[in-house]
Amino acid sequence: MRREPPRTIADYAPLAFPAIMLIVFFVVPFSTMIAVSFFRRQQGGFYTPDFVIDNYGRFLSAFFGGVLGFSLALAIMVAVICVGIAFPFTYLLTKTSRRVQIVWLVCLLSVLSLSEVIIGFAWSTLLSRTAGITNLLVAAGLMSEPQALLPGFGAVLTGMVYQALPYTILMLYPALVRLDTTLLEAARTLGASPLRGFINIIVPTLRNTIIATLIMVFVFALGSYLLPQILGRPQHWTLSVLITDQAIYQSNMPFAAAMAVFLVLISLALVGLTLLAGGRREATA
Amino acid sequence: MIDAFMRRIGFAVVALFLAGPLIVVAGVSINEKQSLTFPPEGFSMAWYGQIFTDSGWRAALVASILLAALSAALAVLIALPLVWFLWRRIAPWANAFRLLGVAPFILPPVITALGLLTFWATVGFYGQSWTAVISHAIFFVTLPLVTLSLGFSSIDRSLVEAAATMGADDRLVLRTVVLPLILPYLVSGYAFAFVLSLNEYIVAYMTVGFTMETLPIKIFNALRYGYTPTMASVSVFFVVIAAVVFALIARFGDLPRLLGAMASDQS
Amino acid sequence: MSGLHLKDLSKRFGNFTAVDDVELTVPHGTFVCMLGPSGCGKTTLLRMIAGLEEPSAGSVVLDDEDLTPVPTHKRNFGMVFQSLALFPHLTVGENIAYPLRIRGIDKDKRRKRVEELLALVHLPDYAARPVSKLSGGQRQRVAIARALALSPRLFLLDEPLSALDAKLREAMQVELRQLQQKLGITTIVVTHDQREAMTMADLVVVMGEGRIRQAASPMEIYRKPADAFVADFIGSTNLLEVEADSVGRAVFLGQPIAGLSLPEGMAKGLVSIRPENVHLTENTNGAIRGRVTFIRDLGGTIETFVEAGGTIIVAVTTPRERSNVEAGAEVGVTLPAESCVVLQQ
Repeated sequence: MRREPPRTIADYAPLAFPAIMLIVFFVVPFSTMIAVSFFRRQQGGFYTPDFVIDNYGRFLSAFFGGVLGFSLALAIMVAVICVGIAFPFTYLLTKTSRRVQIVWLVCLLSVLSLSEVIIGFAWSTLLSRTAGITNLLVAAGLMSEPQALLPGFGAVLTGMVYQALPYTILMLYPALVRLDTTLLEAARTLGASPLRGFINIIVPTLRNTIIATLIMVFVFALGSYLLPQILGRPQHWTLSVLITDQAIYQSNMPFAAAMAVFLVLISLALVGLTLLAGGRREATA
Repeated sequence: MIDAFMRRIGFAVVALFLAGPLIVVAGVSINEKQSLTFPPEGFSMAWYGQIFTDSGWRAALVASILLAALSAALAVLIALPLVWFLWRRIAPWANAFRLLGVAPFILPPVITALGLLTFWATVGFYGQSWTAVISHAIFFVTLPLVTLSLGFSSIDRSLVEAAATMGADDRLVLRTVVLPLILPYLVSGYAFAFVLSLNEYIVAYMTVGFTMETLPIKIFNALRYGYTPTMASVSVFFVVIAAVVFALIARFGDLPRLLGAMASDQS
Repeated sequence: MSGLHLKDLSKRFGNFTAVDDVELTVPHGTFVCMLGPSGCGKTTLLRMIAGLEEPSAGSVVLDDEDLTPVPTHKRNFGMVFQSLALFPHLTVGENIAYPLRIRGIDKDKRRKRVEELLALVHLPDYAARPVSKLSGGQRQRVAIARALALSPRLFLLDEPLSALDAKLREAMQVELRQLQQKLGITTIVVTHDQREAMTMADLVVVMGEGRIRQAASPMEIYRKPADAFVADFIGSTNLLEVEADSVGRAVFLGQPIAGLSLPEGMAKGLVSIRPENVHLTENTNGAIRGRVTFIRDLGGTIETFVEAGGTIIVAVTTPRERSNVEAGAEVGVTLPAESCVVLQQ
């Protein structure tokens, strides 16, 4: 059996089902959404085919600008905090035995796969007045009476870091586990302490990986939808919440679609940047 | 040594951060009374029983498991022929389909959810429960796509050539050599898709949220009307399912390799 | 015509010609070694014979049947791959039985045949073992047994012994040759190791840059290399630039080589002479004058490097016939005409 270009119809046969499924249920819905973003909204939740850009025009409102600015700032904070914790952690993790690594990977995957609902509920419990950590502080005598730590910005941020941290670690894991350990050993023989070697050698070597991970975590955090609702107040709602709100509760599909298209453009631009960083890494490797 | 000590501390802090909320949830899930208190008062496993005895929770559980089982199977059925084709044929343009398969996973989920919502509404099937199966299959096709791509790339092509010299045609090669070799990757792709589908909220909510309750939807709906301890027991139940599935993958597959490390004998 | 016939076989990859117009006839029962440096096209040629590469031109004919359009899985050849390509998910026995199983041959017959083959390659009672538990030499034998399971029409091996250490490799060469003689099967081995080719082959095919440079018996290849490439690649040799004088004698550094003349019309040429045929004398009369630059005593043989007119000539002697020279000594070099092969420059 040679690996060769497909020639007959039969050669293309395996592609038929995946291609149809992906085109019908991803490309078409995606295009539908783009089309709807230009439609005219009717009262009562309907919309009619048209070509108007009013939906995009609403981006210029102060309210929308505020939500967008908050979403981006929140995602940036989450990305920076996650990479800041995950990078040294993952580096240390790759230095442990294979057994320890596997146990950690299983735990990280379990947390990563957790529903946003469950994460939101778990943190709302942990930060609550009746069952939260403040009870422990009271028991330890550090606080006079338990209090609720939510809703609030701190709660939203903590929840989102919790959600994104396993993702960040698993993004960094391949690059760090494949890292040439002789680099650091060479630095050690030249007189660098482990910490100095880590900062002077490992971090610069993986600069592009770090940038790529920051961007991917940023996009991941942009997608967070339930945590701002469960742990925050309405002023902490993100673009994802707003899109759902417009689509489901305000029945304004065209505006929701326009915001979604805008979010796609931001995400695609950033993923493109990631690929570029990745490409440069390959080129210089 | 001070290094080892610092490392222990670092690991302990991260472990505590990741486990903390789950410990509290596990704690409140065994409260005897229907109250949200921690440390728990009394001990009761009744709230775990509720998942199966309360008709609402049971229906949501069954719906979620059915949805996860079917959509993960469909995702594998979409990914397998695609990856096989890409591996078997020289057709660089077909990589566009791989990209399409990965896209829903990289973009914010609300986008895929909204796209599918407009689509199902436009074609008139909005709210039908089977639409959630297709929606989840498309949303999670990335996972079997990635694990299977990894599996195929690990097959030494001379194995296939050897089978051909011994008289095996394409079909036989696929059945007797390729499928046995990629089976672990296929199973892990299915398992990843299954667990994530089980936990997925927004796509399910946007496509069938008004006609069907999956467990995450049920938890969120219940959360709006206040607290019931069953939420806690269901959450713990889900964490356990995920941990068991991933532990099984680790036991029978090569988890570090699946997550991007080199072959196991090198690490 | 009986046997394997490669007719004007070529393979191009884009602008690169891997195999260039190869013409070769191999009678039944012959052991052929395709020999050449890496990148010479020998593996591509083997893969075209097996049907794993499609020829750009030409055909593969076996017993008057044109196999070019026949897919690999219908050719019934046995092949051993460089990586051995043992199926990791099957045991030794299942690996060997694989070609029988996919043809629907029943279990008892399969087991019997596996036992026969394992006995043939000296691995009895290994059937139930996983292949991952075998040593390199054992894997080798399993791959050979598997390729022979169906009594193939042709037995093809691509660098089969390259992964083994030197000692085991030599033992396997002898074993492979004996096995082939016992079965009388037409066998083609690709190798870059000339000792391997000399040990096993009836017919050595030397390839260079996609073309067959010479196809002949090992002795003939060694004694009468067809060109400078073959002479240089097979064993070690001295390649000396010579000129014809007015009567056609071969002259090296102004000194005619006694009894050797260049073919008519050849003004300049190369003389290839094996180091063991070069004689060193203390008397420089009538010989080429040179100075010893280095002596390498290998125990069994002694190599003496002599510099003459800017050319290094290597002479190999045994310790018994060792001439009493030291590095730096002036010596005379004589080249017996009967050991010289004249080649185009």
